[in-house]
Amino acid sequence: MDIISFICSPGVLCQVLVGLSRTVILFIVASGLSLILGVLRIPNIAHGSLYMIGAFLAFSVSKAFGGGITGYWMAILLAPLIVAALSFIAERAIFCRLYEREHIMLFLLTFAFALIFGDLVKLVWGAEYRTVSMPRFFQGSIPIFGLPFPIYNFFLLFMGPLVAIMLWVIVNKTKMGKISRAAAVDREMVGAVGINVSMVFATVFVIGCYLAGLGGALVAPIVNVTLGMDHTLIIEAFLIVIMGGLGNIWGALLGALIFGVTQSLGILIWPQFGIIFPYAAVIVVLSFRPTGLLRSTW
Amino acid sequence: MLSVNAIHTYYGISHILFDVSLTVSKGEVVGLLGRNGAGKSTTMRSIMGLTPPKQGTITFNGQEITGKKAYLLVRDGIAYVPDDRRVFADLTVEDNLEIPFSRSNEWTKERVYDLFPALGEMKSRRAGNLSGGEQQMLTVARALMTGPELLLLDEPTEGLAPLIVRDLEQQILKLRDAGISILLSEQNVKSALKLVNRVYVIDNGRIRFEGTVAELEANEDIKKKYLMV
Repeated sequence: MDIISFICSPGVLCQVLVGLSRTVILFIVASGLSLILGVLRIPNIAHGSLYMIGAFLAFSVSKAFGGGITGYWMAILLAPLIVAALSFIAERAIFCRLYEREHIMLFLLTFAFALIFGDLVKLVWGAEYRTVSMPRFFQGSIPIFGLPFPIYNFFLLFMGPLVAIMLWVIVNKTKMGKISRAAAVDREMVGAVGINVSMVFATVFVIGCYLAGLGGALVAPIVNVTLGMDHTLIIEAFLIVIMGGLGNIWGALLGALIFGVTQSLGILIWPQFGIIFPYAAVIVVLSFRPTGLLRSTW
Repeated sequence: MLSVNAIHTYYGISHILFDVSLTVSKGEVVGLLGRNGAGKSTTMRSIMGLTPPKQGTITFNGQEITGKKAYLLVRDGIAYVPDDRRVFADLTVEDNLEIPFSRSNEWTKERVYDLFPALGEMKSRRAGNLSGGEQQMLTVARALMTGPELLLLDEPTEGLAPLIVRDLEQQILKLRDAGISILLSEQNVKSALKLVNRVYVIDNGRIRFEGTVAELEANEDIKKKYLMV
């Protein structure tokens, strides 16, 4: 079997699609991280915790609305909003006083937050596995290239571009986005033309955290919602952001694509060691482009 | 309109400004002349609240503004053009003009493009790709978009070709005619003296001279000692 026909085989193509749906989750979470990193310069270790809280909230909200399709949509709608509200309180109470501090301080502080959030989750939801039931609407699969492909993954494949387009519009077309791009580079000067940079930062922080919560809510029906789901994700999200270029949202998309697709293809090529492929990709990318694939705002 | 009273400003522990006092009245263009490192930019930054003074007071339109945040000063009517330009390099010319807080409708993009026709022709260019002179015009234009009563112009002609300096002088005069008071800091004494009503000479963080243009012209001692002309 030559390489072309291997790449075009249904198994590989289907696996690429699965990888792309994984990419969507990674992109949504990593773009939020990248936004905060680029504009506020906070390396937010607690971003993964917000993703986990988003997933647990999706569980609770969905249960409160009696599961099913209504519960699911309410979860997708409300869980990220609650995460955003939490992050707004954290930003106004604590982070807004620390923007001028060194990165290592912010790193330690957000790490502390990650631990606190982890314990809070344990306190509220306990240490057991939770599952969000997949609404019937999303159950089952559609055959693609003769192989079954889960309907929910199609939904994710639709959500990814939607979030990307919305982010693009916010960043490039709104005044808020333009201000935040300017503030990413020169916050003092943005203040000196009459903009309350502190409020701009709060907004960007909340949008970034909303994305973490959205990622958590979207992933909830296809994984076990459990303590520790934040750890793997925050490492992956940071690698993606570093690979794509710090603060560059399109870099986050590119990084997530590379990470998601190499992961799923790795599993196909070498099942026992599939997990090392995305990390190997990170090493390859960074050895050729140490500052990331796309232009960093740092 | 603006009154700076005996301010002392520090960067960390280094004492930069000593007992600096100056005033700008409504409609006036006041020069702050001095060599590189004399304290001109620090004076501007102190007024703008970017490096607030540790002692002394600053009042604007009768209100004390010492230590007030820069964005609130803009809303009070002070605009700032920094010496190192600092356009928002990633954004287009047009976007640079859309960012400022607008406190009045007096200055619109159209009016700013009328004043700087060159900018009107490159609305969608990335500000970082403009020449030094064009960037300088953009920072002045950006400051105007806030609708200021007082403009702090920090060394606008620094590093610009003589022809562009002449254009900029004309535009500064037009701003004065439009009723904007200006505090203009300059090393380029020849250029500054064409524009200002009154002059302060600063050296080593201290005001060494204050007076009219004619008085400075007559004072060879001050000119030689502090301005090297």
